[in-house]
Amino acid sequence: MIRAPVLVLALLLAPAPAAPAAAQVPERIVAGLSQTQVAITTNFAGSEILVYGAVRRDAPPPGGGALQVIVTVAGPPVETVVRRRDRVAGIWVNNAAVTIDRAPSFYAIATTRPLDRILRATDDLRHRISIPRTIRAVGIAAEAEGSPDFLEALIRLQTRRGNYVVDEGSVTLTDETLFRADVALPANLVEGTYAVRIFLLRGGRVIDAVERPIAVRKTGLERIFTQMARNDPLAYGVLSLVLAVAAGWGASAAFRLVRP
Amino acid sequence: MQLYLPIAEVSVNAFLLLGMGGIVGFMSGLFGVGGGFLITPLLFFLGVPPAVAVATGANQVVASSVSGVLAQVRRKAVDFRMGGVLLAGGLAGSGFGIWVFRLLTAAGQVDLFVQLAYVLFLGIVGAIMLQEGLRSWWRSAEGTPVRRAHTHNWIHGLPFKMKFRASGLYISVLPPLAVGAFVGFLAAVMGVGGGFIMVPAMIYLLGMPTKVVIGTSLFQIIFVAAFTTLLHAVTSQTVDMLLALVLILGGVVGAQFGAQVGLRLRADQLRILLALLVLLVAGRIALDLLLTPAEPYSLTSTRLP
Repeated sequence: MIRAPVLVLALLLAPAPAAPAAAQVPERIVAGLSQTQVAITTNFAGSEILVYGAVRRDAPPPGGGALQVIVTVAGPPVETVVRRRDRVAGIWVNNAAVTIDRAPSFYAIATTRPLDRILRATDDLRHRISIPRTIRAVGIAAEAEGSPDFLEALIRLQTRRGNYVVDEGSVTLTDETLFRADVALPANLVEGTYAVRIFLLRGGRVIDAVERPIAVRKTGLERIFTQMARNDPLAYGVLSLVLAVAAGWGASAAFRLVRP
Repeated sequence: MQLYLPIAEVSVNAFLLLGMGGIVGFMSGLFGVGGGFLITPLLFFLGVPPAVAVATGANQVVASSVSGVLAQVRRKAVDFRMGGVLLAGGLAGSGFGIWVFRLLTAAGQVDLFVQLAYVLFLGIVGAIMLQEGLRSWWRSAEGTPVRRAHTHNWIHGLPFKMKFRASGLYISVLPPLAVGAFVGFLAAVMGVGGGFIMVPAMIYLLGMPTKVVIGTSLFQIIFVAAFTTLLHAVTSQTVDMLLALVLILGGVVGAQFGAQVGLRLRADQLRILLALLVLLVAGRIALDLLLTPAEPYSLTSTRLP
């Protein structure tokens, strides 16, 4: 936020050859988020974040295709075991399993146009934008036969649960300058740091990218329970039992009053 | 009203949870089973991770069993001495069961074993109970006096005899110890309280009167479930207190209603209904094993540090 005016000043003062970094990137993103924190309360039922910004350029828009914008939101990474059931001796049992080292627990992509038309494969590989590219699955071929099927299954199941969302055409871009994207975070949110990335593209190439974190934190009662379960598990377990016994006794006593 | 569960990290409908707790509590009060074999699959269905469902289910079982047992104590339908003997056997059996569970986990086939154990034991127990319950029901309908299954057999020749006044029995402590140990073993491996095996074992193997069986089974389950809850809380931190509280709220009320309804039903009717419930669950799991799944893949995610 503070750096942007300083940069403008630097560009105004310096002649073009003296600022090679700026010359290579004729178009830059100036981005903002509606919120940098999401608080998970007891009645948390999802949240919507607004990613907005503008494209700053010092010269008229260059040629080479229309300007495109991609916004991604990635949740904390998780390790996932994908199991496949096979028929063994007439019954369906968990047979083969593959461990995916690292995949986002949540991933949303919002774009101005269909992803395959605005993003080249090489740039996707470098910036890890599309869903298959964000997943790291090293050496799964050795774990089970047909390992690509397991990767596909992971994406299919996560998409069905609403954890992986591709929303093509949902980013609005006005006059190749102003853009906004609304990304819905589901109710089943995992605590952690979420990374919002904004990509500026022209002719299938990424010309600028910025990243902003969003902290998703449990608050209030949610926080107390989580902290206690982790820091003092024995006391937490005993308290759970005390509550259970008290509730059982309370209900019994209450019913005796109602029906003597 | 949506409720975000802090440990399970999922958002669920609070009223749905209340209702679910209520139904399982009702079964618990009616039949003297903890309800673990019902609550765990129901929580899976809501999207609660299996580890959290098993641990939190155990915590809920403690509450509904306490509520149920107090209702039975008032009717003097709890044999504390028998409960103590069963529990002693049960703790030894569950210790052995936890050891076997670890071996199976290392072999990677614990899911299959648990499912097969469910189908096998629920199926056998349900079938025997249903057949016996129906026979005694028909006999009482015809008007012929019901003969008690109180015949003298080899069990009465065993040493270490003990008087169980509430059950009206004078038998060796060895059979109850063995029953307790066997149920404790299965409970640890299958992740349930074991009431659905304990209840028929007490009726048919030990010859206890049905009315005493429910309270005594619940009394025993309180301790097994409490032990399980504590173990899960300490080793894997998977007990979700908020989830447990909502389930308990529904459960304790349901258990009281269950106990009231149980008073109006005859012993053989109770047994037939429990048998049908047990067979239903067994059939559901058997179908899972036999039918081609719509989605053969499943996911288990763990947090990266």
